[in-house]
Amino acid sequence: MSRDFDWSAFLFLLGALRWTVVLSIIAFVGGGVGGLLLALMRTSPYRTLRWIASGYIGLLQGTPVLMQLFLAYYGLAVLTGLRIDPWPAVTLAFTLYAAAFLGEIWRGAIQAIPRQQWEAAAAIPLSPFAQLRHVILPQAMRIAIPPTVGFLVQLIKGTSIASIIGFVELTRAGQLIVNVTFQPMIVYPIIALLYFALCWPLSLLALRLERRIDAALGIGQPA
Amino acid sequence: MKYVFQFGIVWDHLPQLLEGAWLTLRLSLGAFALGFAVAVMLAFLRTAGPRGVRTAIAAYVEIIRNTPFLVQLFIIYFSLPALGIRMEAITAALVGMSINFSGYATEILRSGIEAVPKSQIEAGHSLGFTRMEIFRHIVAFPALRTVYPALASQFVLLMLGSSVVAAISAEELTAVTNSLQSTTFRAFEFYFVATAMYLAMALGSRVLLNALYWFVFERRQPLREAWSR
Repeated sequence: MSRDFDWSAFLFLLGALRWTVVLSIIAFVGGGVGGLLLALMRTSPYRTLRWIASGYIGLLQGTPVLMQLFLAYYGLAVLTGLRIDPWPAVTLAFTLYAAAFLGEIWRGAIQAIPRQQWEAAAAIPLSPFAQLRHVILPQAMRIAIPPTVGFLVQLIKGTSIASIIGFVELTRAGQLIVNVTFQPMIVYPIIALLYFALCWPLSLLALRLERRIDAALGIGQPA
Repeated sequence: MKYVFQFGIVWDHLPQLLEGAWLTLRLSLGAFALGFAVAVMLAFLRTAGPRGVRTAIAAYVEIIRNTPFLVQLFIIYFSLPALGIRMEAITAALVGMSINFSGYATEILRSGIEAVPKSQIEAGHSLGFTRMEIFRHIVAFPALRTVYPALASQFVLLMLGSSVVAAISAEELTAVTNSLQSTTFRAFEFYFVATAMYLAMALGSRVLLNALYWFVFERRQPLREAWSR
């Protein structure tokens, strides 16, 4: 006996959408902290720090998120010796993943600031930390915002993969509803629509911010 | 921590893993070829087609880029059969990957086409070239060169993203790893080795793609002339 896809099923999907959002926010905030650290390491004068950071970024950008997720899930189980809940594995994996991508984006933004800005700040004289804090980062942030918003879209879509290890977010909720309604033709397009409703405004925002910054910097003018 | 790592068992199953990796590579190359062919057409129409067509293509690109690949795959594999379109997991994986790639590649190619200076296109018009000829002889090569790095990165993303097709049980590297770990209870070891294999494939394709760039664009004359002939 199967149920129809009804209002209560839709509400169930909306409830699960909340977990997609929560997971994305946790990974984004945690990854933001890690990413800032990585970006600073990548641009630091110390070779060892630069190597560690680029090794980490290369490793995480060169392997599938799904594999990282499996490794976090089973790796944590191995370390603790217990069968663990998907929650810690999923948040850990997506945080580490977000850190790598944000670190790379922000490194690019920091390096886009002309050398003279550092030199001018050093000449005032500001301490290396103050140079970064008051001169470089405020400018780098403006450049970094559009691709950061763009990455948020990638992250939100990426969290759908958490469904594969049984974490109930939007995609997993969709599978569960399909299992009882047998109406994949209705349910999956609705799932896609919900993701679209979440991601598209962010994509548009990223595009607008990018155009504004390009205009401010005088690049991207039509030929 | 009492866990003892045993990689020996992974070694015993290496042939299966390699077979999975081979399928991953074939799927990625196949999806790249199909997706790229579609993207070239779409990018051309997106920049030179009638207004309605341009809007439709823009919508296609936005839908692909703002929904998860996994959900696109579910729609192809689980939803389409309701419309009588039924395919095997491996075909669905290839179709899904191609469609997904075409969305990103169209956008990448469009940016490359729009970066070609207008004056060159006007020069083509004044020589009496048709739109198609302008695209083929004036726009295509420089545009491709501009976007080559982005396309190369997108290929690596396509290959790494292909692990997700394990969710519809297409027997590529991830799916093979899943079934091996579930029968041997050595999850961590198998995933570790499979991850290393993905890394090797990603680095390997980067090297090859860079070599290809040099071969096609840097070595210049011979190939370039062959292209424009």
